[in-house]
Amino acid sequence: MIDLAVEIGTIRMSNPAMLASGVMDETGEALVRMMEAGAGAVVTKSIGVAAHDGHPNPCLVELPHGYVNAMGLPNPGMDRFAEELRTIMPAPAPVIASVYAADEEGFVAVAAAMEDAGAAGVEMNLSCPHAAGFGMELGTDPARVRSMVEAVASSVSVPVMAKLTPNTADITAIGRAVEDGGGDAVVAINTLRAMCISPEFARPVLSNRYGGLSGPAVRPVGVRAVYDLRRELSIPIVGVGGIETWRDAAEYIMAGASCFQVGSAVGRRGPEVFREITGGLQAFMESHGYAEMKDMEAAAHD
Amino acid sequence: MIEAVVINRVEAESKDCLTLHFEWDRPVSPGQFVMVWIPGLDEVPMSISSIGPEKAMTVRRAGEATEALHALSPGDRMGVRGPYGNGFELNGMRTLAVGGGVGMAPLMPLLRTMYADVAIGARSADELLFEEEARRYCDKVETSTDDGSRGMRGNAVQLAERMMDEGDYEQVVACGPEVMLYHLFRACEARGVHCQMSLERYMKCAVGLCGSCMLGKERVCIDGPVFDSARLRALSEFGRSKRDAAGRSVGL
Repeated sequence: MIDLAVEIGTIRMSNPAMLASGVMDETGEALVRMMEAGAGAVVTKSIGVAAHDGHPNPCLVELPHGYVNAMGLPNPGMDRFAEELRTIMPAPAPVIASVYAADEEGFVAVAAAMEDAGAAGVEMNLSCPHAAGFGMELGTDPARVRSMVEAVASSVSVPVMAKLTPNTADITAIGRAVEDGGGDAVVAINTLRAMCISPEFARPVLSNRYGGLSGPAVRPVGVRAVYDLRRELSIPIVGVGGIETWRDAAEYIMAGASCFQVGSAVGRRGPEVFREITGGLQAFMESHGYAEMKDMEAAAHD
Repeated sequence: MIEAVVINRVEAESKDCLTLHFEWDRPVSPGQFVMVWIPGLDEVPMSISSIGPEKAMTVRRAGEATEALHALSPGDRMGVRGPYGNGFELNGMRTLAVGGGVGMAPLMPLLRTMYADVAIGARSADELLFEEEARRYCDKVETSTDDGSRGMRGNAVQLAERMMDEGDYEQVVACGPEVMLYHLFRACEARGVHCQMSLERYMKCAVGLCGSCMLGKERVCIDGPVFDSARLRALSEFGRSKRDAAGRSVGL
């Protein structure tokens, strides 16, 4: 019997496929739908202290192998979102709250509000590539990352994960800062900073000009980042970036991830993608002699 | 990918609506929509009102983006991506099509294809949309206006109720303001008439990814925008509330 269950600290998941932040996760009913679609856990939209509309449209460009998006952190603010979360508690799968802020104080406030509302964990967004003053602008400085993770990890009792940006020279230095700050896991990778231009209109398509590239196009970058992080860190790694099939997921697990997140594939393949991935993974593990997820983790390392 | 399409023709339709005809060589089914990019201003969802080799969208002047679309002339370009969403199902049922205001736009490709009777509602005669064209395809076309300046005095729901009680319809297909659709849906449920209704919500990605257009458990952009009776019954927010750009629940 193949066991797909995974634990990240006190977060217990029936399978290793989490819904990635930013996808179908702004309302309670959307989150429940993704749990019903087979997600082992769901990560919410990034929530801030106050409500925020995000960037004006266009916010998304479709490409053959992915998307470039600049949503700009739209969210109803921590108080309204806490109400939203309470409507679905107790939820059938763990809810991990993605949180963003400009400083330690803001991160602590949002993380605490989310824990109070029933979140089983917190994912710090230290990596959004298209919101000035937030995300990646904070998440590329190891000293700041350590300080922010320390602040949150010491103020909530649920596991704290930090989502890392690939838009830095050495992602392992940031991962090390998370571990040193007391973080329980790292999530890698967020989107790659990108741009699309319309030749006819001679201007960038996204209203924010810059966006983040996701989808299958970024998968080898994500797999490499997870492989590098695994060599440096002892805390668990959550792999994310372009996973659409069990094979993609297996790459991340063998690179060193304990579990993984699925985002763009929900648009490109539909919510059914969760069961397709976990079903395929189970069949693969059965025929290749992996009884549980731990057996496959980091298998590609010497 | 966003394509730059050229406007061939602009046609005035009513006091506040016009139709932009444009070159776009993509198959579109009745009820589908596109995202229209007005560079430097916005990108908004628009129903397709003509699905031949030349496409069209019918735009009501309602804000900055639609104001900018009203300012376009033949030869001008706009950005278009899509088509998106699930449109109307052509099922052979005896059908009454009900359009409120600019809600007639997504029904037009359907009326050119299937046999249906039509109820068109508007606030006043100068806002009635596509009455003349509907009469070219459909034998029975009735109108209502709030002020009684043309057709029955009253709203589209009252007109549709009267037609349903006089006729023998198996199905209503409809588009219009959500409050109208909600009451029309109740009227159809009371009479055991099947519904297909085109709904709208604030949209960002339009490809089923971001969740900005959630209506209950459904994504309007990809699970809709057309919902049938079984799904309408399950939509917790239908006729009651919607989400703003920040995802807050607000009254309709």
